Amino acid sequence: MDRLQNIFQRCGKEKRRALVIFNSCGFPDMESSETLIRKSIESGADIIELGVPFSDPIADGATIQKASQTALANGVTLPKILDMAERIRKDHPETGLILFSYSNVMLNYGMEALCAKLESIGVDGILAVDVPFEESAELRKLCAEHGLHPIPLIAPTTSHARAERILRHAGGFVYYVTVRGVTGERTELPPELAERLEELRAMSPVPVVAGFGIASEATARAVAEHADGVVVGSAAIRPMFGDGTLEERTGKVASLIRSLRRGVSDAL
Amino acid sequence: MMNGHYGIYGGQFVSETLMETLHELEREYEKAKRDPAFQEELAGLLRDYVGRESPLYFARRLTEYCGGARIYLKREDLNHTGAHKVNNTIGQALLARRMGKKRIIAETGAGMHGVASATAAALFGMECEVFMGALDVKRQAPNVERMEVLGAKVRAITDGSATLKDAMNEAIREWTARCEDTFYIIGTVAGPHPYPEIVRDFQSVIGREARRQCLDKTGRLPDEVIACVGGGSNAMGIFAGFLHDASVALTGVEAGGCGVETGKHAASICGGRPGILHGCRTYLLQDADGQILETHSVSAGLDYPGVGPEHSFLADSGRARYVTINDDEAVEAFDLLSRLEGIIPALESSHAVAQGIRDARRYPHDGIVIINLSGRGDKDMESVRHYKKLHRKG
Repeated sequence: MDRLQNIFQRCGKEKRRALVIFNSCGFPDMESSETLIRKSIESGADIIELGVPFSDPIADGATIQKASQTALANGVTLPKILDMAERIRKDHPETGLILFSYSNVMLNYGMEALCAKLESIGVDGILAVDVPFEESAELRKLCAEHGLHPIPLIAPTTSHARAERILRHAGGFVYYVTVRGVTGERTELPPELAERLEELRAMSPVPVVAGFGIASEATARAVAEHADGVVVGSAAIRPMFGDGTLEERTGKVASLIRSLRRGVSDAL
Repeated sequence: MMNGHYGIYGGQFVSETLMETLHELEREYEKAKRDPAFQEELAGLLRDYVGRESPLYFARRLTEYCGGARIYLKREDLNHTGAHKVNNTIGQALLARRMGKKRIIAETGAGMHGVASATAAALFGMECEVFMGALDVKRQAPNVERMEVLGAKVRAITDGSATLKDAMNEAIREWTARCEDTFYIIGTVAGPHPYPEIVRDFQSVIGREARRQCLDKTGRLPDEVIACVGGGSNAMGIFAGFLHDASVALTGVEAGGCGVETGKHAASICGGRPGILHGCRTYLLQDADGQILETHSVSAGLDYPGVGPEHSFLADSGRARYVTINDDEAVEAFDLLSRLEGIIPALESSHAVAQGIRDARRYPHDGIVIINLSGRGDKDMESVRHYKKLHRKG
């Protein structure tokens, strides 16, 4: 059984949902980012999305845009992120690791070389933000050859028929985008979210995790009632913009993650 | 073209949220293309509102100055709103109305597409918001005022290089959030399928007219057709009329900025390599890690790190040739055409004029070169004055 399956099974046994934390890799610099990821895992993250900064992040809101710009200015590159992933994997053999990237950066590295490298490191899957099903044939083929899961996205605008087609090829888990629009914290989520998540879970052969806009323990708890996992991104990055030492800022993120972990644990 | 791809280029590299919207647009556009009522309404507006057809003008003094081929100018600068952009915005606004959308958004660089979008929105009584890089808001101030007079809201984007690319990023984000009530009028032959095809089709009126006009006036096809290429909509529009005429050379002119060798330019094909940006695979200006580079051109409309995917395909196949003209050469051509012909060209179009002057000299006197004069230069007075102040010789 693979690592992602193990994680969701373990969560099932513990009667809770999985907590997925997005990290804007290299923000504000590589060292801080690695420290933050390690603290996130220690504070209860089951899966880490390794966000690869891109100069033109069209699916991201202000927080991740700004984090990406800073990370790029401070010299983040995909090879550096892969090195970091390798170190983290050694210390955390059970944590799920997903590469979360826009296609151009991966294309530059070379898709085949990247998949081989991810396989050797022990990364579990790739989520390509701007590669919808229609463009994903090559990615899916390479992932299959290298034991990686191509994690698909499903959006509020995705029709039932389209979701069925996407789910037929899904591996690992499917990422449901809770809101129309870009990433970023929201004060409220769409009223039809619960219904849509239940519909998807009934159809899906793999766990359904929900992300975009989730920023607090209460929202995480509400969403976790209807999803197999909850993703938090911008809210787990924002404290890193604040003043204070690295210790203090990562401490704030860690305490947020502990509260989110309570949220996903209370849901069942 | 297969399934939105031009060879290896094109495609639909956007987030899942936009996919149903793109498919809906594909379906509606296919229906509109075959709907005589839609085509008739578009043709009527192009005739009575835009003022088509635009003349194919024999530039006698410019021809004498060059001493080679006869130079003809396709006068897109004479269209309502002063550029070719309106051919596309009228078409897309008709599509938006057909799809029941009440609000349109657009990105703009030089402001010509923004003005043309604001114009179409006013004509159809739609709400309009235009995304424009803060740097461009400054250097194309007259167009910002025009958009506002036309009732559009202009949103200045300060991210990144604060130019066209960043305006397009933000327009795509806004569209992702509001794709159900908002129609995104993309101004160039880039973006996800079906936009490159839609914009090419609406602009192909330029090439159809130019081909017929050239045959009527000279009894034969031109030797060469020249157009400037930022995203490449005016070029794709005029090339479309001649793609199947193997004897007609097609030349796209990219912005060489301070010179391709300096790295300060916007020549995606001549100085870049393939990648994925704004929904399509195409030639891009990017660093070794695949991060998009900041571009430079004296002309805001060409200041973009990508290019339409069909141009990338035409470049690889050899059907079209892509060259660069630097800032100084474009400004020189701007002055020259103004003084020789009494026509002030847009700085974008000035790149094509400069290349036209260069190429016309290679042909005998009975040669024919058509330059697509994609827009008028009124908007560029400040940019040219500023450029000359910075680069005054002697």
